Amino acid sequence: MADIKLTVDNIEVTVPEGSTLLEAARAAGIEIPTLCFLKDINEIGACRMCVCEVEGARSLVTSCVYPVTEGMVAHTNSERVKEYRRKTLQLILSDHNQDCLGCSRSENCELQAMCKKYGVDDTQYYAGKRNESVIDDSSVSIVRDNSKCILCRRCVGACINSQGIGVIGANERGFDTYIGTAFDLPLAETSCVNCGQCITACPVGALYEKDSTAAVKAAIADPDKVVVIQPAPSVRVGLGDCFGMPLGENVEGKMIEALRRLGFDKVFDTNFGADLTIVEEATELIHRVTTGGTLPMITSCSPGWIKFCEHNYPDMIPNLSTCKSPQQMFGAVIKTYYAEKMGIPVDKIVSVSVMPCTAKKFEIGREDQSAAGVPDLDYALTTRELGRMISEAGIDFVNLPDGEYDNPLGEYTGAAVIFGATGGVMEAALRTAVEKISGKELTELNFTDVRGVEGIKEASYNVEPIGEVRVAVASGLANARKLLDMVKSGEKDYHFIEIMACPGGCVNGGGQPHVPSKVRNAVDVRAVRAQGLYDIDEACTIRKSHENPMIIKLYDEWYGEFGSEKAHHALHTSYVPRVINKDL
Amino acid sequence: MKTIQDLKDIKNQKGAQVDIRFGGDAEAEKTYILCCAGTGCTSSHSQDLMANFRKLAEEAGMSDKVEIIPTGCQGLCAKGPVVVVYPGDVHYQLVTPDMAQRIWDEHIVGGTPVSEYLMKEETTSGEDIPFEESSFYNDQVRLALRNCGKIDPENIDEYIAREGYQAIAKALTEMTPDEVIQVMIDSGLRGRGGAGFPTGKKWLFASGNRGNVQKYVCCNADEGDPGAFMDRSILEGDPHSVIEAMSIAGYAIGANQGYIYVRAEYPIAIDRLEIALKQAREYGVLGKNIFGTGFDFDIDLRLGAGAFVCGEETALMTSIEGNRGEPHPRPPFPAVKGLFQSPTILNNVETYANIPQIILKGADWFNCSGTETSKGTKVFALGGKINNTGLVEVPMGATLRHVVEDIGGGVPNGKKFKAAQTGGPSGGCIPADYYDIPMDYENLSSIGCMMGSGGLIVLDEDDCMVDIAKFFLGFTVSESCGKCTPCRIGTKRMLEILEKISEGKGTMEDLDKLEELAKYIKANSLCGLGQTAPNPVLATINFFRDEYIAHIKEKRCPAGVCKALLSYTIDADKCKGCTLCARNCPAGAISGEVRGAHVIDTEKCIKCGVCMDNCKFGAIYKK
Repeated sequence: MADIKLTVDNIEVTVPEGSTLLEAARAAGIEIPTLCFLKDINEIGACRMCVCEVEGARSLVTSCVYPVTEGMVAHTNSERVKEYRRKTLQLILSDHNQDCLGCSRSENCELQAMCKKYGVDDTQYYAGKRNESVIDDSSVSIVRDNSKCILCRRCVGACINSQGIGVIGANERGFDTYIGTAFDLPLAETSCVNCGQCITACPVGALYEKDSTAAVKAAIADPDKVVVIQPAPSVRVGLGDCFGMPLGENVEGKMIEALRRLGFDKVFDTNFGADLTIVEEATELIHRVTTGGTLPMITSCSPGWIKFCEHNYPDMIPNLSTCKSPQQMFGAVIKTYYAEKMGIPVDKIVSVSVMPCTAKKFEIGREDQSAAGVPDLDYALTTRELGRMISEAGIDFVNLPDGEYDNPLGEYTGAAVIFGATGGVMEAALRTAVEKISGKELTELNFTDVRGVEGIKEASYNVEPIGEVRVAVASGLANARKLLDMVKSGEKDYHFIEIMACPGGCVNGGGQPHVPSKVRNAVDVRAVRAQGLYDIDEACTIRKSHENPMIIKLYDEWYGEFGSEKAHHALHTSYVPRVINKDL
Repeated sequence: MKTIQDLKDIKNQKGAQVDIRFGGDAEAEKTYILCCAGTGCTSSHSQDLMANFRKLAEEAGMSDKVEIIPTGCQGLCAKGPVVVVYPGDVHYQLVTPDMAQRIWDEHIVGGTPVSEYLMKEETTSGEDIPFEESSFYNDQVRLALRNCGKIDPENIDEYIAREGYQAIAKALTEMTPDEVIQVMIDSGLRGRGGAGFPTGKKWLFASGNRGNVQKYVCCNADEGDPGAFMDRSILEGDPHSVIEAMSIAGYAIGANQGYIYVRAEYPIAIDRLEIALKQAREYGVLGKNIFGTGFDFDIDLRLGAGAFVCGEETALMTSIEGNRGEPHPRPPFPAVKGLFQSPTILNNVETYANIPQIILKGADWFNCSGTETSKGTKVFALGGKINNTGLVEVPMGATLRHVVEDIGGGVPNGKKFKAAQTGGPSGGCIPADYYDIPMDYENLSSIGCMMGSGGLIVLDEDDCMVDIAKFFLGFTVSESCGKCTPCRIGTKRMLEILEKISEGKGTMEDLDKLEELAKYIKANSLCGLGQTAPNPVLATINFFRDEYIAHIKEKRCPAGVCKALLSYTIDADKCKGCTLCARNCPAGAISGEVRGAHVIDTEKCIKCGVCMDNCKFGAIYKK
């Protein structure tokens, strides 16, 4: 592609053709403010914060979507433009509840930061009628508070463009416009899959997860309860964001220490559940491939994906692996094997997870997720919720020493930790399945074809004695839809598919800390966090799930063989077909 | 499937009889009764009227001697239903269904027009003048409306008799697509929908890569300005002209599919379009291999739900695609990436209606009329305080005074002309000071107004300019799509300030804030709707600042419109104590003895004005 030369604020800059003025300005070291713009997700030019002057243009241009042309001369920072931006902010504030002190996004709010930056000193300048709204807390995962919504529609873009779902959109018109569901159905009654991408897209406090911290803190404070915690792989490369640490930094040790200081009785790692998932799932795959079972088999770790499948592709439920997710498998192990081994009555155990995910809050309440007759897991916190608990407890996270997991369920392999990145489950499963099918030890453990942030990835491997094994990986449900439509039409044919609801996988989950849009638009957060996980994998001495000594012990002592009947009873689940928008 | 020769045969066969309605001197084979079947006259029962004529013809056994022809709008809506009888060019006004009998007996059978029913023009002097002398028709130049009100829109043969589909035939057989575009450029035709972009240039931008990419031709029939109805009238009166023009556009840019985006609230226009499309397909002038030239072109209708913003081109296309009708930033422009991401041109109905004639008669024929930069004619929908409410077409550059006073018959009831709002909610008002301004694109925008789609609402001394600004801004506030911040919130805040001022609660700081917001919204809004929404406010402040100041400083509405600033009082000297006002007051605010002067309790008064309307002695005043 040709290069375009232009002048931004008297700085000459050369950018590739097709770049926007926003990108060209960034290349020139100039930050143009944006509120509604999220690269590839919401490019609608609606908020008007990024307006700039371009010489010769009839009117102000929206730099986030304005393509640069050769010789263009742009002014991004004139007094006129700054004054207009201030007015835009004041107008937004006039229909915003301005309850900053009570808002979970205070100090982490893009609107607040922008107001500060532009010196909006009169927040009531355009005070007038405000839209009335009711908080929708019908969902177990996501709370919507339109009194804070600034109509930037990033959530809408995330829902329809990233996720191909579109349960929220603009209702009504003009000043009455609000983001809502079709026919104002409560979110819980729609085909929302609880992925939480809307939350991470939201620049303000209009969308947040349903809080579970109060219940967890109460359980910790109850001396009769044994409170067990398991953080997911991706949490360790996201949690640092809450404390201003570099993006994607692995904070596993500090996280363990913080969890212990918060008062959790036992600190384990979902990675153990992930290893368990792999041995069960690989066994299921081998079984299906060798006995003519339903193919392609599709992974089932991502509860957002599962609900999406149930709503949109109910005919493909037989393709879903029956394996519970790592969180649920681990939950089942804690309330059965571990409870018995430690002699703790099941009703005294409070099992908690920390997840990069909001859909996990829905998953814990699903049917057929109670191996011990009670729910496998009691509370699923998001990474953000954990961050808040740590802050509130006065823990100086950045300067914590590294802690260590409790045994016996704290051990994990490199295969488990990469679950957090798109392609990671596939790679982990392949490490086990290929070795099991071929009967030979794998020498090359890195299946790089399935790594990376592309939405859809394909690979095929020759695995003796069964021959070619074709696999595909999709992340982001819009990509999943594309892939599944190709599979259904017969255009594509695979043995095994990994699908993660969130683009880039769990590292970019809806429960992860907010990354300001100015960072998101410039850096691929998914890739940075994924790299953190691959680095951990490389550093592990054991990198295949079936070689996790504690997994081997667990099967020896408890389940027998991989995929045994007892394992099936505790570690596998079932699914239900659902409709799009209940009762419509 | 018809050939070009077939069309010529139809024209030769029927042309002379149809031409009688256009001043042709052929001997009439029949008596032709033209009844307006446009939306206005249909609402006034013109369908029943036609049924009565048909029944009378049948009963008299004269169905083969008398033809009752439904037409589109004839223009003088104030006098509808309108009936014209040929031969003789006899115009009747305000014809109710029961008037059919007398017209039939005395005129059709008896040969003498019913003079009582004849169309007359009322003048400001109060004397009626006969139709022949009225300037309503005589001063008009009808290009876009050439067939409206004169032919049966549901009969393709009548359109063909008026050289219909000869322009597309000429384009396909005698011109290259580039030549068609050149004629359009040379003609100087500019978009009649509002912005006035040169049509030929628009086509040129979309003309690249013909035959290799999917392209679309769209027609904007989402007429939404309050008071404008020329597009509806053209679709109701001459739908084939639009269909033919779209085919020409398709040939010029290399598109084979067209869409007409028409408001669902235009049921008659939709019916006529559907009939016209069906007939055009039957005749082979639409569809595959038109006239055997290998050119394919077809048109589908898409019904809009009445959102004003869907008249904005990108919003219109988004709506056709099946999404919420909202605009998106340009570039990319539709000529590059429009409907379904394909190169698309969009023209408005009135623009299209000009095109077949331009192709047939050439660019020079068209560009010799109008002004330097604005060629041809413009259709105006006259409304508000004007005698001849209706649809008129005048050459570009006609003065406002000519249109209002001569063609429009002036302001009723001897009131004084105060201003005219052009361009609907996107335009501004032209005050009496500019009564003699020649109306074209440049002149109107030079004074902060715009041509817009041609709605022209006349205001008289009883209209309050703050109230007018509030009306139009209220319209854009409720029609804003809600996508961009300035339009969604900014216009609402402006409206709130206007409401404050009209309630007498405004301050001079509010006036400053109003202007400051207006400037901001114009500069920052995403689409044309927001960019022009402040115009009515800016124009009224510009020309009638003193009225705003009277509301703010003196708490007074000079025109006596703003309710909150009014109070009703009874002149004790004039009051005869008839009690009529007290008995009719819905709020029980008036008291007084019989034959004694009455008094209004201003605390209770709801300012409905019923007392003043009822007083026979002129004893009640509002101030």
